[in-house]
Amino acid sequence: MTIEPAISVSHLSKRYHLGVISRQTLQDEVRYWRYKTRGKDPLRHMGRIAPGQGRKAGDAQFRKGSSGPTGDEDRSMGHPADPHGFWALRDVSFTVQPGEIVGIIGRNGAGKSTLLKILSRITEPTEGEAFINGRVGSLLEIGTGFHPELTGRENIYMNGTILGMKKAEIDRKFDEIAAFAEIDEFLDTPVKRYSSGMYVRLAFAVAAHLEPEILLIDEVLAVGDEQFQKKCLGKMEAVGREGRTVLFVSHNMGSIAQLCQKTLLFSHGKISRFGKTPEIIEYYLDESSTRNKKGFSVPEDVHKKIYFSDIRTLNMEGKQTDNFKHNEPITVAIQCRINEWVSNSMMGFFVTDQRGRKVFTSNYMQWRDVDPGCDRVCTSVVIPGNILVPGKYFMTFAVHLPRIEFIDLVSDAVSVTIIDGGSTFASEAGRDYGCVFVECQWKSETLR
Amino acid sequence: MRNAKFKDLTPIIIRPNTSWFSIDWKEIVEYRDLLWFLVLRDFTAIYKQSILGPLWFVLQPLATTVVFTVIFGSIAKIGTDGLPPFIFYMSGMVLWNYFQGVMNGVSGALIGNAGVFSKVYFPRLVVPLSLVISNLGQFALNFLMFLGFYLYYYYFTEAKIHPSLWIGLLPLLVIQCAAIGLGVGLWLCALTVKYRDLRFALPFLAQLWMFATPIVYPASLVPEQWRWIVAINPMAGVVELNRFIFFGVGSVTQDILIGGFLASLLLLVSGLLIFNRVQRTFVDTI
Repeated sequence: MTIEPAISVSHLSKRYHLGVISRQTLQDEVRYWRYKTRGKDPLRHMGRIAPGQGRKAGDAQFRKGSSGPTGDEDRSMGHPADPHGFWALRDVSFTVQPGEIVGIIGRNGAGKSTLLKILSRITEPTEGEAFINGRVGSLLEIGTGFHPELTGRENIYMNGTILGMKKAEIDRKFDEIAAFAEIDEFLDTPVKRYSSGMYVRLAFAVAAHLEPEILLIDEVLAVGDEQFQKKCLGKMEAVGREGRTVLFVSHNMGSIAQLCQKTLLFSHGKISRFGKTPEIIEYYLDESSTRNKKGFSVPEDVHKKIYFSDIRTLNMEGKQTDNFKHNEPITVAIQCRINEWVSNSMMGFFVTDQRGRKVFTSNYMQWRDVDPGCDRVCTSVVIPGNILVPGKYFMTFAVHLPRIEFIDLVSDAVSVTIIDGGSTFASEAGRDYGCVFVECQWKSETLR
Repeated sequence: MRNAKFKDLTPIIIRPNTSWFSIDWKEIVEYRDLLWFLVLRDFTAIYKQSILGPLWFVLQPLATTVVFTVIFGSIAKIGTDGLPPFIFYMSGMVLWNYFQGVMNGVSGALIGNAGVFSKVYFPRLVVPLSLVISNLGQFALNFLMFLGFYLYYYYFTEAKIHPSLWIGLLPLLVIQCAAIGLGVGLWLCALTVKYRDLRFALPFLAQLWMFATPIVYPASLVPEQWRWIVAINPMAGVVELNRFIFFGVGSVTQDILIGGFLASLLLLVSGLLIFNRVQRTFVDTI
């Protein structure tokens, strides 16, 4: 017996008509046609774009999100074949089997949200088709339809039915929802009197009790405090275990790695990869770090006695990247130019996390053994894996005479992003379980 | 539970440009609970934190009727088919208010709920339909007030009021009001998605339409060369017919009846189609 796929998408495309969006007032419409009939490019004359300035397609998100005046820019930027819009999705085909949890990743404007919007029938495609077998629940936002004047109780019913639940279904789950949201005593208070935390908890409680066969989720986890995000992740894992099909858009590689067996990578409206999650994430991070090579820039002041001329972070294969898995050693390759040797100087660096907390400092004692006659020194330092917990880190490098002076100091010279490559804390993602991984030695003896 | 899941396994098919006529009524029935809660929301949310609350449903039309009585009845002295001006105006206002409430509400249904529509799918026609129903509550209160005054005039004054058995037709008149309000509202709703100007024009247009409808004057006073306006204006037929069934006055002619009915039907069907057309991709344009 063949199992029908839960979601089957074939040749799906979506084009946004920008002209319609941007000329919203009559005045605009008149000016547009005046320029057009005189044979000039209306867009340049209407001050929408500076000559020669184009935007990358990656910015597309802004355009469709805000129907602001940026809309028409697309015409100037390399879609000569299609002067009337840009393709947010282009010829996308894939199938998802029942029970699969599929992650969707990609840069902003790659088409992830557009896909979800089409599959949840918020808008319709320009070309192609999709089949969905089963009841669909989409969570592109939580608390949709909440009315501030209504009480918590009324909003549970309001929001629940908007999400596609029946009244009887909500009746049945009501106590559970109220308990999950922890708002028992405020059930009959208008939600406008709620604290923002209560509001979010209530909204999520309703969403969490949605039980369709197919769930489409867009970054809902990005809101709320750590506790709340943890609760969401836990709930999603439970959803997965119940054998429901989930499409999950996220920028958080940690949660994608943790929840999804397979992942779709979008780029410029097309599927660039579809396969096992670890491989796809690796490919994506690799791709994005090679694209984004700026990192350390050569300093202007080269009259210092000793100065850093290049600092870069490498993975185990010696490839430059700024994304590392938590258990992967980070090699930092450092180049120094020496105009005049300073004896007793020392090289060192420290690592700060996103909040500016220093995680550790390390000094290179053997720096003083460098041949004083040379004019260039290449140094490397390896930060072992399994120390930094997932997050973004900055490294500050210095050559200094301890406690006397800095010969050269480069603040936040390079940054790295650590992702969870499957640590024992993966399920705690988003929670503060410490600043470092420490492999402690546990031991116990049993006594009778 | 398991069985229930297999029962409704018709796959959802997502395709561009499904035909103009594809309104999924079955799906709307599926969402009847949502319809109900939208109606409840409209009721409970509107007048929360106001002292008089739902009393406003009654005070507003009452005040308007008093103003009309003073201006058009006592000062301008426009004829009222021999009826007391107060009850004459009120009989027109009761239905007009319902129509206008539906039209106003429905015209803002897409723009006003854009935030919800761009985040979750449900048949969007549910919102206009909920407005038709929630305005019915307001109408009921208005109508009770009218009935009170009507009975007062019938039993305690010499006014020549001749109720007829045709009063049984009242529900049909209300339905026709709803159809016109919904039809026009859906048109406006679809057009305002692209042309916001309409939102500003609407109050003015509504007022013009009201004066083109025999509310502060009887249709019998309309000169012959303007009769066609009354005939194509479906609200005129509704208002005149309403006076006929309650008071036994008014010039209800065949052309007004049939013209009004056809115009209502045309407005409703075309409104549904244009709305259905626009709602499918409107989140891309707002």
